[in-house]
Amino acid sequence: MHTLELTVNGQTCRVEVGLKTTLLELLRDKLHITSPKVGCNTGDCGTCSVLLDGVLVRSCITNALSVQGKSVTTLEGITEPGDIHPLQKAFHEHYGSQCGFCTPGMILASKALLDVNPSPTRDEVKEALSGNLCRCTGYVKIIDSVLAAADEMKS
Amino acid sequence: MKKQGKGIAAGFYPSGMSGGGDSSQAMVKVQPDGSAVVTVGSCDIGQGCKTIMAQITAEVLGIDYEAVKVVNDDTDNCPLSFGTFASRVTYVDGLATKMAAEDARRILFEVAAVMLECSEDELEAADSQIRVQGNPDKALSIGEVAGAGTFGMRKFILGLGHYMRDLAAMDPETCECDPFCTLAWAASYAEVEVDTETGEVDILRLVNSYDVGKAMNPTHLEGQIDGGATMGVGAAMSEDLHPFFPSLEFQPDNLGDYAIPTTMDVPDMESVIYECPSTNGPYGAKGIGEMTANTPGPAIVNAIHDAVGIWITNLPATPEKVLRALDAKGA
Repeated sequence: MHTLELTVNGQTCRVEVGLKTTLLELLRDKLHITSPKVGCNTGDCGTCSVLLDGVLVRSCITNALSVQGKSVTTLEGITEPGDIHPLQKAFHEHYGSQCGFCTPGMILASKALLDVNPSPTRDEVKEALSGNLCRCTGYVKIIDSVLAAADEMKS
Repeated sequence: MKKQGKGIAAGFYPSGMSGGGDSSQAMVKVQPDGSAVVTVGSCDIGQGCKTIMAQITAEVLGIDYEAVKVVNDDTDNCPLSFGTFASRVTYVDGLATKMAAEDARRILFEVAAVMLECSEDELEAADSQIRVQGNPDKALSIGEVAGAGTFGMRKFILGLGHYMRDLAAMDPETCECDPFCTLAWAASYAEVEVDTETGEVDILRLVNSYDVGKAMNPTHLEGQIDGGATMGVGAAMSEDLHPFFPSLEFQPDNLGDYAIPTTMDVPDMESVIYECPSTNGPYGAKGIGEMTANTPGPAIVNAIHDAVGIWITNLPATPEKVLRALDAKGA
């Protein structure tokens, strides 16, 4: 076992992890942060997405020890507790979520886009979300939600 | 060379189990404050079961949508339902919920008739009130009625509903029978561009039109249509569970190999909602859950034929199959 120090959603954590522990296992099984979902475990579906120092990564294929000293943000950490992020509000209002399994990854992928590009075109949103699979919505209302959130965040 | 083509496909789909015998129950309890709790056995997998049952109950009781809570979390504790399948929830559970809400409203009218000194037939439920039709001065809030009924008259304001279509009897001579609750109808229109050098098919446009009976919740319908159409696009273009069937070799076993559409694979889509009410459905509604995946694939295959004159008879229409068909045609 190895000692790992990292910041998760603004809080400093010190945990013991094995050499093969993934960031997803660390978050879900050791820290009990369950918004990152176990989808494919092969990096193909994107529902485990988290932000690592602000960059979108797939936590299921990220080795936990590689995040030593870094800052991880999950869906739980994008607002203060009790608040709702404009992206979450837009997904709710525009029916951007049906079963909800892809939603945490979709919202973090959208946030990663809007952080660097606050006024994306529809095609730019499509490209930014192309690594996140959804089986329910056909993506149409997810893309609508992201564009609506971008509008609200600008105003 | 790139060649464009257009195709259409049409279909129909029953709501609920074909042949009848398909059962759902619902309970609507009106609380002493005038809010309502609906309990049904069909689960919500994101298609909007909770939303639709709350909408129906709010409509029957004349109360706000926000005043209705739907409980459908545990089939041990909920009324009987055959489940969430067969595009049946809005139709079958919707009918059961409507019957249960009407039953609860009947009990509220019994209470209100005593309080307002009128007959039950004169009453209506609207704007969170129970009132005499055409006489807005003789009105009580639903909370007053439910409270007086529960505590004053010791009534249990609980409505029950059970919808089950009879098993369809078949004529032994002609096999004639009437197996369907109702039929919903669909048509898709696709425009594609086929690259005759590479065999790649690009879907330029996809329009999906559905007869939904009554659009109970247009936003949810669009979500179902977009989602189903995308499954149809996946089935037509990329998803292959047994690439070498009947051999099971190279069967995809993860989401990287089993290629469901991504945002980049979904064409520009339009949803057209058409309302031709069903005879028996709640407010004329029909179920369209599953059929939304059915017509896009045939429309795309027809469009490929229109573009380059080949028939793809085994989906998905991969570039390899398109090129082999073009070779066989001698193009």
